[in-house]
Amino acid sequence: MTTLLEVSGVSVSFDGFKAINNLSFQIGEAEMRAIIGPNGAGKTTFMDIVTGKTRPDEGHVIWGDRSVSLLKMSESQIARVGIGRKFQRPTVFEAQTVRENLAMALKNARGPFDVLFYRKSKSGADRIEALAEEIGLSNQLPRIAGTLSHGQKQWLEIGMLLAQEPRLLLIDEPAAGMTPEEREHTTQILVEAAKTRAVVVVEHDMEFVRRLNCKVTVLHEGAVLAEGSLDHVTQNQTVIDVYLGR
Amino acid sequence: MILRLFVAMALMVCASSVTGQTLQDVLQDHQGAVEKASRKTIDPVIEDLIASGLPSVPGFLEEWREKNVWVRKSDGLFFYADTVDKATYTLRDLTTGADVGTVEKSDIKQLRPNSGVRSVIATALVRFQLSDPDPFRRIDALTSIERDPEPEHLEPLRASIADETAPALRARKERLERLLSVSFEQDEDRRIIAIRSFDGDLGVDARAALNPILRTKLVYAEDVPDDANIAAQVIPGSEDLSVEAAYALMVGAGAAAAIPDADARKAILIKNIQDGQVAGFDLVDLDTQDARDQAYVALAQTTDIPVWSPTLAKSDIVKEEPFALVYGEPSEAVTDAALKILNGIETRVAANQFLDLGLDAISLASIYFLAAIGLAITFGVMGVINMAHGEFIMMGAYTGYVVQLFVPDYTLSLILAVPLAFAVTFAAGVAMERLVIRWLYNRPLETLLATFGISIALQQLAKNIFGTQARPLTAPGWLDGAWMINDVVSISYIRIAIFGLSLLFLGILLYILKRTRLGLEVRAVTQNPKMAAAVGINPDRINMLTFGLGSGIAGIAGVAIGLYAKVTSELGTDYIVQSFMTVVVGGVGNIWGTLLGATMIGSLQKGIEWFNPSNTLAAQTYMILFIILFIQIRPRGIIALKGRAAGD
Amino acid sequence: MTEIAQRSFFLRNPSVLVFLALLSVFTLAVTLASEATGFGWMSTSFVKTLGKTLCLCLIAIAMDLVWGYCGILSLGHFAFFGLGGYMIGMWLMYERTKDIVAQSLQNEVLPPTPDELRDAIGTQIFGVVGGSDIPLVWTFADSLFIQLVLVVLVPGLLALVFGWLAFRSRVTGVYLSILTQAMTLALSLYLFQNDSGLRGNNGLSGLQNIPGLTGVSQDVISIWFFWASALALALGYLLAAFMVSGKFGSVIRGIRDDEARVRFLGYNVEAYKLVIFTGTAMISAIAGALYYPQAGIVNPAEIAPIASIYLAVWVAIGGRGRLYGAVIGAAFVSLLSSWFTGGSAPDIPLGTFTIQWTDWWLVVLGLSFVAVTLFAPQGISGVFDKLVRKS
Repeated sequence: MTTLLEVSGVSVSFDGFKAINNLSFQIGEAEMRAIIGPNGAGKTTFMDIVTGKTRPDEGHVIWGDRSVSLLKMSESQIARVGIGRKFQRPTVFEAQTVRENLAMALKNARGPFDVLFYRKSKSGADRIEALAEEIGLSNQLPRIAGTLSHGQKQWLEIGMLLAQEPRLLLIDEPAAGMTPEEREHTTQILVEAAKTRAVVVVEHDMEFVRRLNCKVTVLHEGAVLAEGSLDHVTQNQTVIDVYLGR
Repeated sequence: MILRLFVAMALMVCASSVTGQTLQDVLQDHQGAVEKASRKTIDPVIEDLIASGLPSVPGFLEEWREKNVWVRKSDGLFFYADTVDKATYTLRDLTTGADVGTVEKSDIKQLRPNSGVRSVIATALVRFQLSDPDPFRRIDALTSIERDPEPEHLEPLRASIADETAPALRARKERLERLLSVSFEQDEDRRIIAIRSFDGDLGVDARAALNPILRTKLVYAEDVPDDANIAAQVIPGSEDLSVEAAYALMVGAGAAAAIPDADARKAILIKNIQDGQVAGFDLVDLDTQDARDQAYVALAQTTDIPVWSPTLAKSDIVKEEPFALVYGEPSEAVTDAALKILNGIETRVAANQFLDLGLDAISLASIYFLAAIGLAITFGVMGVINMAHGEFIMMGAYTGYVVQLFVPDYTLSLILAVPLAFAVTFAAGVAMERLVIRWLYNRPLETLLATFGISIALQQLAKNIFGTQARPLTAPGWLDGAWMINDVVSISYIRIAIFGLSLLFLGILLYILKRTRLGLEVRAVTQNPKMAAAVGINPDRINMLTFGLGSGIAGIAGVAIGLYAKVTSELGTDYIVQSFMTVVVGGVGNIWGTLLGATMIGSLQKGIEWFNPSNTLAAQTYMILFIILFIQIRPRGIIALKGRAAGD
Repeated sequence: MTEIAQRSFFLRNPSVLVFLALLSVFTLAVTLASEATGFGWMSTSFVKTLGKTLCLCLIAIAMDLVWGYCGILSLGHFAFFGLGGYMIGMWLMYERTKDIVAQSLQNEVLPPTPDELRDAIGTQIFGVVGGSDIPLVWTFADSLFIQLVLVVLVPGLLALVFGWLAFRSRVTGVYLSILTQAMTLALSLYLFQNDSGLRGNNGLSGLQNIPGLTGVSQDVISIWFFWASALALALGYLLAAFMVSGKFGSVIRGIRDDEARVRFLGYNVEAYKLVIFTGTAMISAIAGALYYPQAGIVNPAEIAPIASIYLAVWVAIGGRGRLYGAVIGAAFVSLLSSWFTGGSAPDIPLGTFTIQWTDWWLVVLGLSFVAVTLFAPQGISGVFDKLVRKS
């Protein structure tokens, strides 16, 4: 298994507080990974660093077969090389329809003039239909996204991520605020996605993580505490201490 | 030498009083020269009058100058005369002033010294005035010399220093003596000593005395006498001497013939038109300079006109010729000394001007601080840009004006106006927050526009109420004038007062924010409004009070600005953009940031004005460009804030 | 393929057809009613007012694109408008002065040389600011073509450089608004200087006289300009509708609503903003180049920040995020403003106090603007939309 993303020796601090402390992390192609950890463990900051929102003070973030550094790229460039991100709160364009949301995310040339003279194509329309099918929003395409339910917005956002055809998906707490059925559906979507690409899920909910059935990385105080199967890490004494002992 | 002369004079004074010679006697010695006084003959008379040392001489000289001295035709004696009626005069004795009888006008003749004589008399009088027992007359005499120094003043001035008793006047006399020495002293060494004594002197008078020594004239070097004091050789075509000017000098010296310029040649062509042609050229064809030049050359072959050819270039002619800058002052030692001292003075003046500029910048900065701090607070706490902030400043200024209408005492009215302006604008701010802004939270751009609507309405309202002409807001008398540190550095009291006011408000605000419950809550809301609400802070109340506070300070800024600027309905508009800039540069929601921002904007504006003093408009243009570039380096201002206003 | 897209563009945007139809009818009506026909009753000055209003509608569309759709509240677009006017004004003034000068030099004994002509033109144009040299910026003033290119090029470049600097450093929201306002102020202050080379506060004048068309009367010229303005507005509307209807519109609305999200979708947000900012600046400049020959004079006061804020007011009152809203707002408010401030509105006597509209109109405008922001954030067209949907 080749390495898709390699984070090594990354540290970042805000006003003296070390949010990430010498963190190293690797993920391969078509791998599912769950990241867990208590509040303030640096899970979101880790994602911010990978997607270019936060610049680390030191360390390397290396991407893909050609081992390019992500640190010099802008957020949009990083997104274009194939890293998609889903935020904790569902962020879809609420004033636009589901179709427009998906169309915007569709993998296509992203330059202003490419987009300005972009013509709708049959293949694009088919792709949108297929994605809608995948996320279970087939009959919601003309709806204004703002009127969707919370769970539907989460799916729409995942759908938008898939439309980008990323090689790495970073997903922040997808199951938060979902009903059990919605969770089930979300799990399916993610497991399906992980067959063709790397997926990193940040999650608090152990039950959800268990259902993903994948390797787990435990973060604590900005560094990796343990790595392995969920059962393996939950038996690790330090992990138990961190979760219960404080 | 001078001293000896004085001893001699003093002796003579004694002598004359001993001999009992009267003023009339002295005058009679020169009867003719006095009666028909002229510039040429007057000197011995004046000398003898001074030498006599009689106490009545100054009075006489004054009366003489004022044409109050008459001569009796019968015996040639001189008297003062008072008019009784048109034809009759009363004569008075020159020494005692006693009445010596009434005469017909036809029996006496008025002495009318011409202007040349009068100036000689005046100079002589200076001598007496400088030692007059009345100090005010001595001051008058000094002032008149300072205003219009003459070489003749030097000797009497020197003479009067020794006897001067008042220390201030003595210092002034000594300084004036040195100034006059710089200009008029004949002895070169003494003059140079006088020049050197002004080393580092910032007085304008010192520079006014030294500068003429270095006055130069451009000359064509063939004209220069061998002993001329040459400042520098100059090359034609350089900054100091244009080719045109150089050529004109040569023409003036007879070293070159005048070359007719294009306009002159055109005139000559026109003068030589014959039958619609000039030298065979049709007039209609002469619509380019080339054609005209050809016509001129052709004409020159047949007609006697000044020589000219297209290849004749003035720059070639003057190129190898010598030109020089020559000092008007012949002595090189003197010009060298003056040059050295003046250079030293210029350096010090520049340093002091920089200091003066710094003071200006600080005072400007304190105005911007007052104008902007309210804006910064509301922006920081509420994320709201109040476009009507400028109108609150205007309201404050008008409040001051209205107070002065009712309270005529300027000091009292000012004391009343400051809190009243705060109250008025505080109320206006709270009203605006309650009625408009509170409904628009989280829609910052719309708040900006809504407050702009209020700004238009308020401005027009002010126009409707107070009219378009400027209203005065008069500062009390004790704020008039300026604190003069030296001849270069000064600052007006109003600006000092405004500086004090902004320091005061800086202190008050710091106190409110750091030491009071309100401040704690304000800071809490600034940093995390949701959390603040969760711990029981009522953000509504905080927002209202903050907005009121910000607006209230704008009102006070209005009073301060109104004191030195005219109060018009557009007063706020003039300051609003600068205030915005201050906030942008300083960073929002932080008093120190605003202070730094104001200091930066103020010094920048003054600094640019210094480089380009004639042009405040350009200064503002460049300043804004600078700010746009500054944003590139620090997009969130000097002191960036993490929290709601930071937008992340 | 393209044909299908074209057809579907109009099908998807029926309002564009409605707008174009209304504009054509309006243009025809004004043409027939104008004095130029010989029997019309509409005064030349009113035709000019209507023509100018069309130009204002065009810049309002530009403003709507940049603010209503892309969320950048620019307080600088009137500066681009004014610059466009300056660029065309330079040609108009230079050529007309050249004609006048040539006329007056005709009676000279010797025909004037090119240099003499230039000097005379310089004195004529710059005498008011105490100069006679023709500044460098007027180098191309004798070429209509180059000046027309400069109409879009100069404001476009200014917008490009400014936008690049501002967007690059991620200045957004009110900060950006203030910065654009500062840029506008800087430009107007610069133009206010006598040595700006553009006649300081005198501005450029006599622009209503078109060089080479001295034989054509103003009533005909006014109709020509009216047509040109209507055409420009139609094209501008089409272009804007084209931009906002497709995926591009989707992206810029996305930028307006959630800039960061668009960025994580892989779009270079700054580039989009730059395209919109610069493009709308050019549209504004074209509008200005058509406006000022009808107004007759352009001076730095026109560029002052307040004008750009009024522009935002029009668009807000008309309704943001709708192209026709911008048009309605600009037409409605600017015509109403000139009616009230022109002194033709009847005063309202209130017993002891009479409300004179010339004094009170701005108060009413300001307050009604606050009311619109508070109670009808979608503006007139938003209210209109609600009514249409209800029925």
